[in-house]
Amino acid sequence: MKSLNQLLKPPRQMMKNPFNKKNRAPKKPLTVDQKISRRNFISFGSFVVLGSAAFGGWKWLYNSPEEAKTVTAGARAPLRRALNQTELAVRRIFSNNNLVKTYPKDRAAKNVRHNSDIGSEGKVDIAAWVLQVKKQSGEVLKISLDELKALPKTDIIYDFKCVEGWDQISHWGGVKFSDFINHYKLDDQTRLQYVGMETPDQKYYVGIDMPSAMHPQTLLAYEVNEKPLPAKHGAPLRLIIPVKYGIKNLKRIGSITFSDNRPRDYWAELGYDYYSGL
Amino acid sequence: MKVIKEKHPLAMRWTHWVNFPILTIMIWSGMLIYWANDEYKITLFGHTYFNFFPEWFYKALHIPHRLAEGMAFHFLFMWFFTLNGILYVLYTLISGEWRELVPQKKSFKEAWLVLLHDLHIRKTAPPQNKYNAAQRIAYTAIIVMGLGSLITGLAIYKPVQFYYLTWLCGGYHFARILHFALTIGYVLFFVVHIVQVILAGWNNFRSVISGFEIVHEEPKPVIETTTPNDEKPVQ
Repeated sequence: MKSLNQLLKPPRQMMKNPFNKKNRAPKKPLTVDQKISRRNFISFGSFVVLGSAAFGGWKWLYNSPEEAKTVTAGARAPLRRALNQTELAVRRIFSNNNLVKTYPKDRAAKNVRHNSDIGSEGKVDIAAWVLQVKKQSGEVLKISLDELKALPKTDIIYDFKCVEGWDQISHWGGVKFSDFINHYKLDDQTRLQYVGMETPDQKYYVGIDMPSAMHPQTLLAYEVNEKPLPAKHGAPLRLIIPVKYGIKNLKRIGSITFSDNRPRDYWAELGYDYYSGL
Repeated sequence: MKVIKEKHPLAMRWTHWVNFPILTIMIWSGMLIYWANDEYKITLFGHTYFNFFPEWFYKALHIPHRLAEGMAFHFLFMWFFTLNGILYVLYTLISGEWRELVPQKKSFKEAWLVLLHDLHIRKTAPPQNKYNAAQRIAYTAIIVMGLGSLITGLAIYKPVQFYYLTWLCGGYHFARILHFALTIGYVLFFVVHIVQVILAGWNNFRSVISGFEIVHEEPKPVIETTTPNDEKPVQ
């Protein structure tokens, strides 16, 4: 009787690797033509099979269903997962030591580009405007523009970058978000993971991860080119966050909230990356 | 007598054919992104010769209003593009194949002679190993371009976190131009590559899939006593 080992051992012939010339059985030598057709069969066969599989994979991805609407929407489900995974990777290289390049004042554009008015159409009554800061406890701070202007002012002249692909050097002035947090003793709120900002009419809204919000170049801006913000640039107060694309730089801030969950985000609901960091 | 001559190693064939669809997807999704701010044109002495891209081109390829989609595809396939490129370069370095690929001192002069030969101006081409001088330059340049796309891409993808790359590429604005120009370079490379592959013929094309070429050799004058399949293919 054969031992188990012998039974399990495949016959020698089956172990032959067709690519390895040493394993060729010497008994039945193949002619050159046979070798050619054998290798062609294997390689072209693999090529067609793998190529078809790749094409099938692409069709699957391209036709994959849209994600279920949560705080994000509008992207193919697998691509949204990929964006979120990629966010985890790029968050690792985020550092407060990495600063956006700044420029001398004369490089700033006189005509600051204006792209969209969603949530900040028409005039705003600046005298009536207040910034509402909603703490997680439910407590609401109401802060006027004059109170914000009394805080230390920071200017930044940097290259503003739009998700569309254009960029423009522009000059903004306002309160550093981290100074604002310190002054209003909101440090406990910064232990939460996200900041949410919305326009007074709640038509435009963004969610910002806390490290980006607390980046030393993030401003609550009330000036452009050293003059009060005009309506089209988000009067009376807007977010200037150089570590994000323009889509996150909310104009006409009405309220600020803090949360451990991602706050709703206008463009993330339309298929864009939630993080959108630079 | 027909002889099998080994030509392209499996790793080279594999990375070549993986790269092809990935690069196609990167170029396509890149165009979806570029459309949103399609400001590049060829202008000389105040006259614009070409706009990247004309409206009919966008329409034919169904490109407009797909920025978010383009970014989502681009930022997924960038990983595969990079990984495949790294694997190819590592293989080339470790296996020693780079010796066949990197241009030599004489390659730049020889490449001119190869060009004249290919254009049927000159009868003979310089002697070569696996690749001729023009191929050495082209196949090395395309890898350098790939690295360039990676670096300029990172420079515009994370210009704050990778501020040193953005600086290296001459700033954000210029890095985007370079990233675009490299892509145009791939398309031009592709056109020349396809023409050359067609002209080189089936034996050459097959070698990028099956790995070998068939050469015809005179039978050896010695009497063969061993079986022919024990012979090493003549290099």
